[in-house]
Amino acid sequence: MGDLFSQEVLQETWDIVINDMPLALWETFYVTVLATLFAVIIGLPLGVLLVVGEKDGILPLPKPFMGFLNVLINVLRSVPFLILMILVFPLTRLIVGTIVGTTASIVPLVIAAFPFVARLVESSLREINPNIIEAAQSMGASPFRIITKVMIPESVPSLISNVTIAVTTVLGYTAMSGIIGGGGLGKIAINYGYYRYKYLVMLIAVVILVLLVQLFQSVGTRLAKSTDKRLKSK
Amino acid sequence: MIELKNLSKTFSTPDGTLDALKNINITIQDGDIFGIIGMSGAGKSTLVRCINLLERPTSGSVWVDGVDLSTLSNKELRNIRRDITMIFQGFNLLMQRTCLKNVCFPLELEGKYGKEAKKRALELLEIVGLRDKANSYPAQLSGGQQQRVAIARALATNPKVLLCDEATSALDPKTTQSILSLIKEINEKLGITVVIITHQMSVIEEICRNVAILEDGEVVEQGTVNRIFSAPKSKAAKHLVFPDGENALLIRKDSQDVLRVVFNGSSSTNTPLIAKMAVEIGVCANILYASTKSVGDKAFGSMLLSFPNDGVTAARAADYLRALNGITVEEVK
Repeated sequence: MGDLFSQEVLQETWDIVINDMPLALWETFYVTVLATLFAVIIGLPLGVLLVVGEKDGILPLPKPFMGFLNVLINVLRSVPFLILMILVFPLTRLIVGTIVGTTASIVPLVIAAFPFVARLVESSLREINPNIIEAAQSMGASPFRIITKVMIPESVPSLISNVTIAVTTVLGYTAMSGIIGGGGLGKIAINYGYYRYKYLVMLIAVVILVLLVQLFQSVGTRLAKSTDKRLKSK
Repeated sequence: MIELKNLSKTFSTPDGTLDALKNINITIQDGDIFGIIGMSGAGKSTLVRCINLLERPTSGSVWVDGVDLSTLSNKELRNIRRDITMIFQGFNLLMQRTCLKNVCFPLELEGKYGKEAKKRALELLEIVGLRDKANSYPAQLSGGQQQRVAIARALATNPKVLLCDEATSALDPKTTQSILSLIKEINEKLGITVVIITHQMSVIEEICRNVAILEDGEVVEQGTVNRIFSAPKSKAAKHLVFPDGENALLIRKDSQDVLRVVFNGSSSTNTPLIAKMAVEIGVCANILYASTKSVGDKAFGSMLLSFPNDGVTAARAADYLRALNGITVEEVK
């Protein structure tokens, strides 16, 4: 790596950065956001069910169903992402029509992220003071109203913090999806850095990934703080 | 009218079953302020939760205005709960909503949104004296203010009954006083029946008309607050009414006869009783303990008097005192 900063390498790296990076950055961004969005759409209701469906919950569900839900989430969470990507090929082909490419990588990302999101939502909802839920029950609120008007709104700041964690995790997974042909910064890092020994390009891709994580995290933290009305005391 | 009939509640815990409530029979008339007092763990909170069926009794029934609540469907029960609202020790406001939106919450549950609901919520905040805090969040308010918002919220659905579960226990004495006056005002002006759960005798003295004393899940005594204060029968009631008097007894029970004298109402509290007794029948009493309390609008005094244990003096004093108006005398053994 002695000639990492030689004139030649710098010129070549610059060309790659200018030509490939903007598209890769955009791909990483939209894949992350879309995958997280779908994961939340599936994971949020599941997380709610995990809390309300318990024996002592506000809407106890049949035990076999709760058992199945828990096992499903645990199994999906235990499969390493790299293997999960390969396992869901048939599903990806069914939904997207192909198994390679940036859009195709969204499917395994969602499958990997929604169980994670469900657990995060579960932990957010468990933070709510149970007395507040009891108060809502004492006012004659139905379980559905308690979910939509009490549990979710009351845990918005915590949900935002947790979705931020999910976003940064998905971002990490998108880099991995470069291996099976997913686009983005991961692909650049692997193709140039790993296959073609262009370490500088890989380094730059990694730095941009780090910056992206920082960006998502600070936006998320700020949003969580600004929505939390408990902090605005006196 | 609220009727609890043969109500029992048993919890099963890992260590076996726990009888939280045993065969409770209580009737609460419309417009009453009814107190339920007991020590921690006596089953008060479970009892109050049985009134709106947040807690399902194991046996027995709860009747509200002639309806047996246990026969209702979930939906009917939710509708009834709008008539029996509740305030709590921890206030339990929605922390992410403004005060105004908190008061709007029960209205939203009735499908009322928009200007009408907002107007009603503002009126209610006006009643509890917090109209200017409409757009503040609960975290910005003091405990007393939060409880006022909770009261406004509880009144939003025009309930017939207000259940107060240790509603003043987290507040300082002065704030407690102001919340109790507010509850009394609501009871008088709006005719709402109030059920108060507390462990503080001072709360009962302050506003309740009737009281039930709960001990280990059982009602050991109930009646008007006046009656309980002037002639407590059960040990638990005596302990609550004379918290210090019982201790005074420990001093020298064997060498003296002791009478408990309770002054009931103002005519007797204005009379110099002990001095009169000394002058008229020549019996000198030693005062072991004395206190005066105002319960409702009446003044109550209680005294422990000791006499030489010659078997005669105490009896003479008792006869003399019994002949006077508004006085209850009881030998303490």
